[in-house]
Amino acid sequence: MDKTLQNSDALLEVKNLQKYFPIKRGFIKKVVGYVRAVDGVNFFINEGETLGLVGESGCGKTTTSRCILRALEPTAGQILYRTKEDRVIDVATISQNEMRPLRSDMQMIFQDPFASLNPRMNLFDIVGEPLYVNGVKNRQERTERVADMLRLVGLRPEYMRRFPHAFSGGQRQRIVIARALVMHPRLVVADEPVSALDVSVQAQVLNLLLELQEELHLTYLFVAHNLSVVKHITNRVAVMYVGKIVETAPTEELFSLPKHPYTEALLSAVPVPDPRVKSEEILLAGDVPSPSNPPPGCYFHPRCRYAEALCSQEEPALQEVSPNHYVACHFADKLNLTGVAN
Amino acid sequence: MDSQENGLLLSVKNLKTYFELDEGTVKAVDGVSFDVRSGQVVGIVGESGCGKSVTIKSVLQIVEKPGKIVEGEILFRRQSNNGSGEMVDLAKFKATDKEMRSIRGGEIAMIPQEPMAAFSPVHTIGNQIVEAVLLHQSVSKEEAREIAIERLREVGIPSPGQRLDAYSWELSGGLRQRAMIAMALVCNPVLLIADEPTTAIDVTTQAQVLNLLRELQQQHNTSIIFITHDLGVIAQIADYVVVMYLGRVMETGPIDDIFHNPQHPYTKALLKSIPTVHSQSRTKLPTIEGSIPHPFNRPSGCPFHPRCSEFIADICNQRLPSLQPVNDKQSVSCFLYHDVEDKL
Repeated sequence: MDKTLQNSDALLEVKNLQKYFPIKRGFIKKVVGYVRAVDGVNFFINEGETLGLVGESGCGKTTTSRCILRALEPTAGQILYRTKEDRVIDVATISQNEMRPLRSDMQMIFQDPFASLNPRMNLFDIVGEPLYVNGVKNRQERTERVADMLRLVGLRPEYMRRFPHAFSGGQRQRIVIARALVMHPRLVVADEPVSALDVSVQAQVLNLLLELQEELHLTYLFVAHNLSVVKHITNRVAVMYVGKIVETAPTEELFSLPKHPYTEALLSAVPVPDPRVKSEEILLAGDVPSPSNPPPGCYFHPRCRYAEALCSQEEPALQEVSPNHYVACHFADKLNLTGVAN
Repeated sequence: MDSQENGLLLSVKNLKTYFELDEGTVKAVDGVSFDVRSGQVVGIVGESGCGKSVTIKSVLQIVEKPGKIVEGEILFRRQSNNGSGEMVDLAKFKATDKEMRSIRGGEIAMIPQEPMAAFSPVHTIGNQIVEAVLLHQSVSKEEAREIAIERLREVGIPSPGQRLDAYSWELSGGLRQRAMIAMALVCNPVLLIADEPTTAIDVTTQAQVLNLLRELQQQHNTSIIFITHDLGVIAQIADYVVVMYLGRVMETGPIDDIFHNPQHPYTKALLKSIPTVHSQSRTKLPTIEGSIPHPFNRPSGCPFHPRCSEFIADICNQRLPSLQPVNDKQSVSCFLYHDVEDKL
């Protein structure tokens, strides 16, 4: 298979990624169908940038991010990753053994800092374990590196012997970030890193992520459902709907000039924190279809207010409508959609 | 009566609800006062642990043990048949009193946060709604069923006759939340309490639910207490806002003044720290230093003082400010606005 990255700056390129979960029924666990959680996802992330992956619950954004880290085995597709040595590897097909050296290069920040830290390990063990596993056996050296890391994320190194219960939600998320960054990864997958945090603490963590990116030259895949947060932190955004990418574009462009009707509806539904701006939501009829039984043609057509006969028959492909702006809609060039003004 | 004229429906005065635990007392609600007028949507905003949920649970007398209302009044105007509208103090009732039980679910209804957890999975939606009707109205089972179907239709559930016999797990998140709203409205409450009704659902469904609540509120002129931590949602639905922090009211005022002329340092900082879809991307957000203190470790004086940018040494950390008007619309509890000597 072709193992070249389309874009010379790309660190990661996902090509036609699929992840199906079998639905089993009956005594012999016969497979009666598939949940197409991720169904042909394409995107790339350039080195040093932040790509936001947005969508409603059940659209497959978490499954996509887990496949990239090989926490789940993808059903099909390619996940091309450029290593430190400038080699391009297809993460989707290599063996677990070959994956090992890449693990420290790709790290994850989880959603709920109350669930992702072991309550019986202290900070030194939590942040130091990746170092130990990756060959830093000298305790003195580990202590120093953990202390540096804690300082970097805004925690006092003296806290190293404390346990997670002594910390608040925002501080815990800092610990999770420290653990993810201690091996100096290049790609960080952050799955809803601020949605479990309080409003006043969210801003601190977002600022920290931005600072760390600059300092350590990190690349983020930022998975979130909160569009305000995504607008704030990303360079480019990919919008997912029922296992497919419907639109990707540079952040400012996606928010001001959306080209897909779903993006338009999603943007209009974000409540604006200003009582003088009465939001004019485009109310979508019905619910998100089940990924085990998606509608024919464009998955969005039953809820789309611009839908025509073609939409229920043919599935639109992701096409480039302007530089770096890809849309999967038959009428992308004809529709005149409203975004949110700055 | 003075309070009758301005349409006062609920008046919470200096409410204190404490939890006596082995480790100490958690002052979940520590002196909260606010009013709800008829037809008004009051938003209570605050972060986790600010006591917003305990406040409304106190109003309904459904605070979990060992939580107890230790002080304060919860005056509520009963909707008696002759329309006299007598004010009763809900705090004086026991949770199991007959009068309290007829108010709860009848005149004051609640939409809980998680529609998945709020419905019983082993009874049909219809069973649960009909039960609520039968408890509060003297109608036959068939009539109750008719009322339930009518309500389901009103909240926009397609083919309500069939849905009535569905179980909650057969409905999608949006429909389930609609059914919950139908159940809350089935006895024509005068006050509806919505505890983070849209937090567990997606943005597009959230927009549907908010729209529905707004329509129903206008049709029935129901008062709503809307609890949320999402300032965007509050801005779109509330008329009047109560900002809470660590069991105390920091600021109250009409929605427009709170968002465009905030007075309390906490309100100001909170409004600045939220990213919006209109903000410039990849810029630094102003933040509030530190984090919310642990309930056993409440700061002395004003609860916000360790994080406040306008902290006055020797005053804010020693004395507790009370909620006082700063102009003809807003009230603030902060020493920046009222004379400290008054408080001695």
